[in-house]
Amino acid sequence: MPDLLIELFSEEIPARMQARAADDLKKLVTNGLVEAGLTYAGAAAFSTPRRLTLAIEGVLANSPTLREERKGPRVDAPEQAIEGFLRGAGLTRDQLEERDAGKARVFFAVIEKPGRPASEIVAEVLEGAVRNFPWPKSMRWGTGSLRWVRPLQSILCILTTEAGAEVVPMSVEGITAGNTTEGHRFMGKGRFAVASFEDYAAKLKQNRVILDPAERADAIWAEATSQAFANGLEVVEDAGLLAEVAGLVEWPVVLMGAIDQAFLGLPAEVLQTSMREHQKFFSVRNPKTGRIERFVTVANIETRDHGATILAGNQKVLSARLSDARFFWENDLRTVKNVGLEGMAAGLASVTFHNKLGSQADRVARIEALAREIAPLLGAKPDLAAEAARVAKADLQSEMVGEFPELQGLMGRYYAAAAGHDDGVPEACEMHYKPLGPSDEVPTHPVSVAVALADKIDTLTGFWAIDEKPTGSKDPYALRRAALGVIRLVLGNEVRSRFAHSLIDPTIRSLNASMGEGEVLFLPVRSHSGEQSLASVSAYTRSAFPDIATKDTINLDATCFAIRNAEADLIEGDRPGTAMQSREIAPIGSLISNLLGFFYDRLKVYLKDQGIRHDVIDACLSETDSTPSAGLPANDDLMLLVKRAEALAAFLKTDDGENLLQGFKRAANILSQAEEKDGVEYSYGADVKFAETDAERALFAALDQAEGTIAPAMKAEDFAAAMTAMAALRAPIDAFFEAVQVNTDNAVVRRNRLNLLSRIRTICISVADLTRLDG
Amino acid sequence: MSMAGTGGTPRSFQEIILRLQAYWASKGCAVMQPYDMEVGAGTFHPATTLRSLGTKAWAAAYVQPSRRPTDGRYGENPNRLQHYYQYQVLIKPSPPDLQALYLGSLEAIGIDMALHDIRFVEDDWESPTLGAWGLGWEVWCDGMEVSQFTYFQQVGGHDCHPVSGELTYGLERLAMYVLGVNHVMDMPYNDPDAPIRLSYGDVFRQTEEEYSRHNFDAATTEMLLRHFEDAEAECARLLALPAEDPKTGKRIIMAHPAYDQCIKASHLFNLLDARGVISVTERQAYIGRVRALAKQCADAFVQTDAGGWAA
Repeated sequence: MPDLLIELFSEEIPARMQARAADDLKKLVTNGLVEAGLTYAGAAAFSTPRRLTLAIEGVLANSPTLREERKGPRVDAPEQAIEGFLRGAGLTRDQLEERDAGKARVFFAVIEKPGRPASEIVAEVLEGAVRNFPWPKSMRWGTGSLRWVRPLQSILCILTTEAGAEVVPMSVEGITAGNTTEGHRFMGKGRFAVASFEDYAAKLKQNRVILDPAERADAIWAEATSQAFANGLEVVEDAGLLAEVAGLVEWPVVLMGAIDQAFLGLPAEVLQTSMREHQKFFSVRNPKTGRIERFVTVANIETRDHGATILAGNQKVLSARLSDARFFWENDLRTVKNVGLEGMAAGLASVTFHNKLGSQADRVARIEALAREIAPLLGAKPDLAAEAARVAKADLQSEMVGEFPELQGLMGRYYAAAAGHDDGVPEACEMHYKPLGPSDEVPTHPVSVAVALADKIDTLTGFWAIDEKPTGSKDPYALRRAALGVIRLVLGNEVRSRFAHSLIDPTIRSLNASMGEGEVLFLPVRSHSGEQSLASVSAYTRSAFPDIATKDTINLDATCFAIRNAEADLIEGDRPGTAMQSREIAPIGSLISNLLGFFYDRLKVYLKDQGIRHDVIDACLSETDSTPSAGLPANDDLMLLVKRAEALAAFLKTDDGENLLQGFKRAANILSQAEEKDGVEYSYGADVKFAETDAERALFAALDQAEGTIAPAMKAEDFAAAMTAMAALRAPIDAFFEAVQVNTDNAVVRRNRLNLLSRIRTICISVADLTRLDG
Repeated sequence: MSMAGTGGTPRSFQEIILRLQAYWASKGCAVMQPYDMEVGAGTFHPATTLRSLGTKAWAAAYVQPSRRPTDGRYGENPNRLQHYYQYQVLIKPSPPDLQALYLGSLEAIGIDMALHDIRFVEDDWESPTLGAWGLGWEVWCDGMEVSQFTYFQQVGGHDCHPVSGELTYGLERLAMYVLGVNHVMDMPYNDPDAPIRLSYGDVFRQTEEEYSRHNFDAATTEMLLRHFEDAEAECARLLALPAEDPKTGKRIIMAHPAYDQCIKASHLFNLLDARGVISVTERQAYIGRVRALAKQCADAFVQTDAGGWAA
């Protein structure tokens, strides 16, 4: 069976797109071949800055012949029907067969699709792939209309068998496929023909191209670390940079250079960032001092002076860049020494955070208030948390962060220390942005945790309040990440708190407080459940929401999330002009519960990665066992929720757990069918005196015992004990169903048994709502 | 005295320019002169902006003095100037060997491909004021960006058919590298062996000072604002006139005079920006106004002969 080799040779493909493009090429071509009936044994795709390459082994030489039979109309059917059938089958009358089918003679069409040679199919599939390639950005060039990431220059496409290689005849927009390619732009020796993948890879190497990006990355890393090691140094790992650099060269040549003494006083992160972002340099560290002392650059060429000219040029560029960095660093330090971080932060008042949520300074004030309020929950001193929140975003106004936005937080830490802050405040400047993703580090210092939580919850609540929630793949404010951050902060630090009460509610008050005088966003009043917390909005603040407050009622409505999701009636004020004066709106609870729902969704995603199914979480989210209070959801202690879900997940993995679940479901099914049929709810009054069998009596006893254990265990949050007690029900329930027919003729006994089943349901649900579990 | 086009390393700023001129002339480009107005980049020259529109083939190369008022540093910064030179090449349709032609130009100015590390690093180009964008690279020589290489996809809101290939060399930076100079003002402007030897600083230090003061502090903002409005109005007015010239009876669309007003507006905006009188939100609005002018000029140009219009 032939092997297929394809190379799409172009001008330089952006490094960040190469891996994905190689993968896409593989998918498009292999899918196309398989659809056309050409199976294959294996496929591998590669990329360099100038080529995408696909090698497919063991392709069928021909696609199989396909035979299809279609039953048509009766022989005596109207002419139109027969003609319609002929059109559909693409045949003429004389090609049809007549056959007996039951009582009638019927036409049959036998359509045979002969197999096609691989080269024909490959040509079609490859042309389709080239024309419909999913580049993230593509372009036209010259006079053509073909789109590619950069001008496509040549196509190599051959099928190789023992007999030799054969060019697949195809062309796209004047580029005709051949069996030749070229090597390195400067070190290659012109175009050459290839006969197979092995031949291709070998000749590329002779022409100074390493085809496989992984091989280039390995070579770079091995050479860089060995050069560093020889000097008693180590290369700072950076997988992203390594992949990028491997995509910028076809023939990596690793060169190590020194950083001018004048710049070694800069923070290591500044050196690293400047070198990585501008120059694609790796940082080389002295393990004894922790200082970055050298750099590694990867050239794409071997030179007669062994890279001396290249290195000197790179060093010169680096010095110019670092002069800038040092200039920013010194200016920033001067600023914080003169006016403090608060002074540096002053400019945040003129930076808009979001036109409906005010300036960065407004936001900082809200975060400060919230951090102060929640600090005790986290074991932090309120004053320190407030101080940290106040200066945590000052570095956004620094020159260094202006130049290197990715250094936000980190520069804050340096500048906070330089300004004399202490006691966890500098650390909070850096850490309050974290965690930035599922694998990022979670802050643990109480001051950092307070600011980190306040920052994220303010963001979430604010965007929720103005109805800028994530939809589908759109999450421009990274709210999913913020919610995950909150979850990881809470779980990672075992923060015990009623989430809605202690975190979201104060945020809303803080949002209100940051609005101007007499203006509130939400105001807890009385809820429909009669307890409290109905929000009546008098208005948004003019200072924080100038657009809304002054002109834009449509935005106003979009902004008032709570209004749009009103459970209570809107009383008045949809018209311009009147809108701002008085407005009764829905319970604040609807905003909170919607936001909590979002948290629960993120929690499910998070726990799913930890191996806990979403239905297990649902079962623990059920509120049937608890009393809602203050109009706020009861199960909003994330820590508790997760402990309970973990216990339930562990329980369900045991034999007892699985069987108990079956018993429970059986009981619940019989019960709900009977309730539906009888139109009553069986919930109370099971009495052991109507029990007829030992199994029945034993179940009564077991339920009494379980009840006695479960209630205190749940109260003590000892979920494992509650689950164990529930597990003890398994045997009696099984025995009960074994021995007893629930729906007996004796009405009294039947009712008693149904009430008994109801006890099973109630007791189990007090541990977790097992009805929500799948399976 | 070394001459343009001869081998070896050039010895002066002007020799680099002369060699580039000779090289691109030898490759068939019309060597044009700088546009006689203040522009922010070589792209603004009508030989690029307007000629990249329409179907007619084009090949031009030229030096363009460029002004970026906010980059003024009173001649003190080794790399930043408010007035500097770009070398610009525009070829339409982009030839298939444009990368090779470009590399040839580097060799022409003494960059030995066997000794240096030349790389094409992704860098997409967009000019919000011209309503233009393209894909391409910044070209690195030993880690330093020496040129911008772009395949125009859209200009003035028009899709480019055929596509032009544009090369832009930052001449001072490139020359400093080739000549091994660390401060732009120290760079030899003419031949170092000339009887009257002139450095870049001899030629430009004083003007950098004068214009820095002017751009940052002295230019009259009310006047600049007024001129901006005037240029904007004039551009629209010229384009609104009927195509037929009442005096000659010919069809004369004034795309170029209108475009001059667009260029003016753009430079006035840059000056206002340097004077610090444009707020962040206003900035976008001004850019949008210049873009609207560029778009109207592009619309007009494709109605002219040079823009490929056929009656």
